[in-house]
Amino acid sequence: MDITGRKLFVKALREEGVDTIFGYPGGMVTDIFDELYKQEDIQVVLPRHEQGLIFEAEGYAKASGKVGVCLVTSGPGATNIITGLADAHYDSIPLVCITGQVPLGLIGNDAFQEVDIVGMTSSVTKYGVTVRDRNDLGRILKMAFHIAKTGKPGPVLIDIPKDIQVQAGDSEYPSEVHIRGYKPNESVHIGQLKKAYRLLKSAKRPLILAGGGIHIGGAHEQLQKFAERTQIPVVTTVMGKGALPANHPLYLGNSGMHGRYSCNIAVSKCDVLFSIGTRFNDRITGDLNEFAPKAKIIHIDVDTAAISRNVVVDVPIVADAKLALEKLCEWAEKQDTEKWICQIREWDKENPLEMRRDRGMTPQMIMEAINQSYKEAIIVTDVGQHQMWATQYLDIGGRKKLITSGGLGSMGFGLPAAIGAKIAKPYQHVVCITGDGGFQMNMQEMATAITQEAPVTICLLNNYYLGMVRQMQQLFYGKRYAATCLRRRKGCPATCKGPNDACPPYEPDFVKFAQCYGAHGIRVTEQSQIADALAQAKRNEDAPTLIEFMIATDELVLPMVKGGNPMSEMILK
Amino acid sequence: MKNRWIALYVENQVGVLAKVSGLFSGKSYNLQSLTVGTTEDATVSRMTICVMSDDITFEQIKKQLNRMVEVIKVIDLTNVPIHMKEILFAKVKDLKSSQIDEVFRIAEVFSVEVTDIGKDSVMLECKLTERRNNELIELLKAKFRNIEIVRGGAVAIEAISTSCR
Repeated sequence: MDITGRKLFVKALREEGVDTIFGYPGGMVTDIFDELYKQEDIQVVLPRHEQGLIFEAEGYAKASGKVGVCLVTSGPGATNIITGLADAHYDSIPLVCITGQVPLGLIGNDAFQEVDIVGMTSSVTKYGVTVRDRNDLGRILKMAFHIAKTGKPGPVLIDIPKDIQVQAGDSEYPSEVHIRGYKPNESVHIGQLKKAYRLLKSAKRPLILAGGGIHIGGAHEQLQKFAERTQIPVVTTVMGKGALPANHPLYLGNSGMHGRYSCNIAVSKCDVLFSIGTRFNDRITGDLNEFAPKAKIIHIDVDTAAISRNVVVDVPIVADAKLALEKLCEWAEKQDTEKWICQIREWDKENPLEMRRDRGMTPQMIMEAINQSYKEAIIVTDVGQHQMWATQYLDIGGRKKLITSGGLGSMGFGLPAAIGAKIAKPYQHVVCITGDGGFQMNMQEMATAITQEAPVTICLLNNYYLGMVRQMQQLFYGKRYAATCLRRRKGCPATCKGPNDACPPYEPDFVKFAQCYGAHGIRVTEQSQIADALAQAKRNEDAPTLIEFMIATDELVLPMVKGGNPMSEMILK
Repeated sequence: MKNRWIALYVENQVGVLAKVSGLFSGKSYNLQSLTVGTTEDATVSRMTICVMSDDITFEQIKKQLNRMVEVIKVIDLTNVPIHMKEILFAKVKDLKSSQIDEVFRIAEVFSVEVTDIGKDSVMLECKLTERRNNELIELLKAKFRNIEIVRGGAVAIEAISTSCR
């Protein structure tokens, strides 16, 4: 029997095990919403802006391990999700995004709310297509879920014209789909792997560089086992943070632009760099000519195109991180790395990762208090200085997960992603660490947190500035704070050199902001108040709690490597 | 940096050409020519693509093409015996009657067809290699004041015998 497109869509959701979708209605998706209205077992999360919606779906996907499903209307609904598509594309987050489209006959007529969303997003999606024949709908939806979650996961966009949604057609939702141009790698080249292991075994100063691929591949156990058996120390990228638990004796810290001094020196001095699940982004390598200059490089990645793109590697291996590490564990033998690890620990003592403790509350104190308050938690960050402090000072790994926008670095990610994570894991603590800039980019989502009864804890580090850019202005632009002061008003002098007595007050009042939504608001100005505030937030299970931490305006993220400089040239003070 | 050739099998669907060409512009790859048409299988199109690049970029281009869902197969034609031809029409205009003979002589030497003629214009239809077409254009430009050229970009196919180009 034939069924309508909208009925088939719901059938597809059910077959794929989708019980939560993130949807914002509009003219070209009302039919689908009408169908969803009748379903008791599919929850529709209504955000307050489509950008918030897709970040929520990302947080949900990251926390649950499932595909995040978005449903938005044509035109502005569709264009509003583009930032999230790019974000998910960079960070390999599986999403299926459905956009409504004007009826087939109107496409190309500049109809009301018509945009070529598939064309606009082709460079930031793993796959995208407009459904042009009702009988293709089932196959295309199946393809979407299959492509989103296999291989290197990513966002898929399916554009469904309104008439396809209501047209009767094939009721079949295929149980599998064959795509001739899409064959994700599912095996490991044993010869290459052996070559890699031989190289690693011959090393005097071996180092493992673990990226986000460890999380995506679920290879934590295998990585830990491999590191323990070989005794090779591990550094991580920002996305790889937590690949090995923070307190593990072989874990050294993050490398990269704001990495630990000892880790960046270790990368520059190692003789074999075993990198896995990282694409050697410029934030990790700095000046490419000076990156790991003494090292032979082994690179394992599931994405062929990630290999030998930025860094020319000696042993390339296209494979899933878990599969490859499992195999490597079979051969792994203890190596004599004791001296090498001691050496790295010495470097760490020379320049430890530490902020001053002589005056006032520092971000490090806040992160340490969060470490102590939570035995298990999902920690979600926004983008900026607070994000770097979080990746520097938080203990991630084991039962503490980190969700952050790494590749695209989208401000406004934090709050909605935290809400999405809380929806996925209602019984886990979800802590959103954010800044006053990023928070304001999607703070309308506070309403979503309230309506979804998602009591997240928001730690907002307020320094009155767009701090990451201000830091660059402070260090490299002669303290010319162009457009980074959030207190700045029309009447301020054009060439302000920083805070002074004449500065206007800061708006908004974030505590009152939280309260006006029926959430809790706490302001913390001193170190002694941090633990109490966090404890109180934990007890507030009825509504979100926003804790505003008043930190110094001129706090820096250190160490720092200036963009394009070698990683060994760190600014330390 | 040199010219390299790729044959690309893609799904014959709306938007695939835009996606492939978008990859080249989006990633700043230097696309020299791109032709596309359906194959013996109506659901499959075949593109012949010429890019100017260094070795590393070329490797990356092939990988990027390969990971597109709509791309079925990428064949590197750079070091493979192939047959390659490009269609080109050349209108040579404002000719004095004495010059018309000269156009015919050139056509003969280049083994191209004269497909149309008027009182002061001659049209040539050329199916030559891209390089040979370039040479022809240079010659026509040097000899005649008013020419009009349209060319289709090269199409290429792997040779049956092993020594063609």
